[in-house]
Amino acid sequence: MSNIFNFTPTVLKNLFHKPVTKNYPAEPAQYPERSRGHIEIDIDECISCGMCVRSCPTGCLAVDRNEGTWTINRFDCIACGYCTLKCPKKCLHLTPGYQTPGPQKKEAVYQKSPEVLEAERKKAAEAAAKAAAAKAAAAAKAAAAKAAAEQAQPAAESAAAAKE
Amino acid sequence: MGKRSVVPFGPQHPVLPEPVHLDLVIEDEKIVEAVPSIGFVHRGLESLIAKKDYNEMVYVAERTCGICSFMHGMAYVESIESIMNVEVPDRAKFLRTIWAEMSRIHSHLLWLGLLADAFGYESLFYQCWRIRENVLDLIELSTGGRVIFSVNKVGGVIKDMDSDMLAHFLRELDKIEEEIREIQKTFLLDYSVETRLKGVGYLSKQQAHDLGCVGPFGRASGLPSDTRTRGYEAYPQIDFEPIVSEIGDSYARCECRILELYQSIDIIRQAIAKIPDGELSVQVKGNPDGEVFTRVEQPRGEAIYYVKGEGKANLNRLRIRTPTFANLPGLCETLKGADYADVPILILTIDPCISCTER
Ligand code: SF4
Ligand code: SF4
Repeated sequence: MSNIFNFTPTVLKNLFHKPVTKNYPAEPAQYPERSRGHIEIDIDECISCGMCVRSCPTGCLAVDRNEGTWTINRFDCIACGYCTLKCPKKCLHLTPGYQTPGPQKKEAVYQKSPEVLEAERKKAAEAAAKAAAAKAAAAAKAAAAKAAAEQAQPAAESAAAAKE
Repeated sequence: MGKRSVVPFGPQHPVLPEPVHLDLVIEDEKIVEAVPSIGFVHRGLESLIAKKDYNEMVYVAERTCGICSFMHGMAYVESIESIMNVEVPDRAKFLRTIWAEMSRIHSHLLWLGLLADAFGYESLFYQCWRIRENVLDLIELSTGGRVIFSVNKVGGVIKDMDSDMLAHFLRELDKIEEEIREIQKTFLLDYSVETRLKGVGYLSKQQAHDLGCVGPFGRASGLPSDTRTRGYEAYPQIDFEPIVSEIGDSYARCECRILELYQSIDIIRQAIAKIPDGELSVQVKGNPDGEVFTRVEQPRGEAIYYVKGEGKANLNRLRIRTPTFANLPGLCETLKGADYADVPILILTIDPCISCTER
């Protein structure tokens, strides 16, 4: 008979204990510092390299280099954090706070600030111009070499003809 | 002899946490035969490897199961590491061991709660899950996730635990142990619980061996099989014995799991005492070329990973044999001759995880 009261102490304790659950949302939830809630990006640090897009297991990211945007479908993201490990600029972070529910799977688009984008474009244009100049120089060099070879060739040919 | 009839049980049933279907042939409330069928939540995880590179796959392998997620990830990275001959730093091994045992504790507490729920002891179910919540808090504190840890990578682990955090773990584990001791009395001594568990679903040692039962289900029938004794991760440096019971009924399975809770707490204490300083991971270069079988002990028993790579970033083959799959034949055997009313408890005693069985 004694073994029917094993749970009684727990019951008594329960009666006088305050609830172990939180009165959420009146009382906000506390997340530890490491909590993998959602991905944040320092968009102006991003160099649009696309490493994160290629490494994401669910394929929820997209990067547009020309527009300077970084897009995430937060409803597909599983907060694994692999992109944060892969990003060469370390501009992605997992931060506490879970994705809130919504009626549609909307994508979140992050746009680089105009100044950064402008500076980047300028740099890219400069680089492109430099590359184009280098290419043109190389082409001119090649053309000159070709012309020289061609010049040398008839001369050699005429020399050979003279020999005969 | 009564009239035989067939009662379909599941895949959707109030007592079933997961979709398994059983055709129960019954004769006057007694089960004569049980025919299982699975395949309701097949996810095609094993074909995904053709599309993902082997490092990305860690996060996919981890999502095989929502309870022993960490151990799936661990088995996967261990397989890749052994193909590529990567020596993981000691600290990473110890951290993996601690996290693995944390998941065992939360899994067993979850199971105890579900068992209490199955025999109708709702308040006991609440208590188990209340304690489990503290374990989940510790896991979230150290890894950032409550059930999906995402701390493994090929070559080591991603996150560290400093000495403050480890000390906090020890303090919390003391409290958790005390709380488990309190509810343990109800599970093991209570009159009403005994009547639902004792002598129900007997499986002999020979039967358990012949049907290939694994984990606490097999150990409760006297099979001393515990893959941790194989000595992976930090287990060789830790002192423990597989917990075996000779009784073989549902009560023994419950007792085994309760004792394993203390064992896991003890393993974590030993690991925290012995954890060395050092690196968390090593650089891994190249792609896996070769094949390997890896066995790890999950809360539900032994899981087997077969991984084959051909020197490419995508693996060639991945095959996972989960413990529930191995225990289904044993379950059908225990169901024979049981009362119809005991079916939910018997299904629960193998701690079924159907979704990970179907991968
Ligand atoms: S956290 Fe994982 S799923 Fe989410 S964007 Fe990064 S890689 Fe993709
Ligand atoms: S990996 Fe980093 S730098 Fe590269 S596109 Fe993604 S966020 Fe930008």
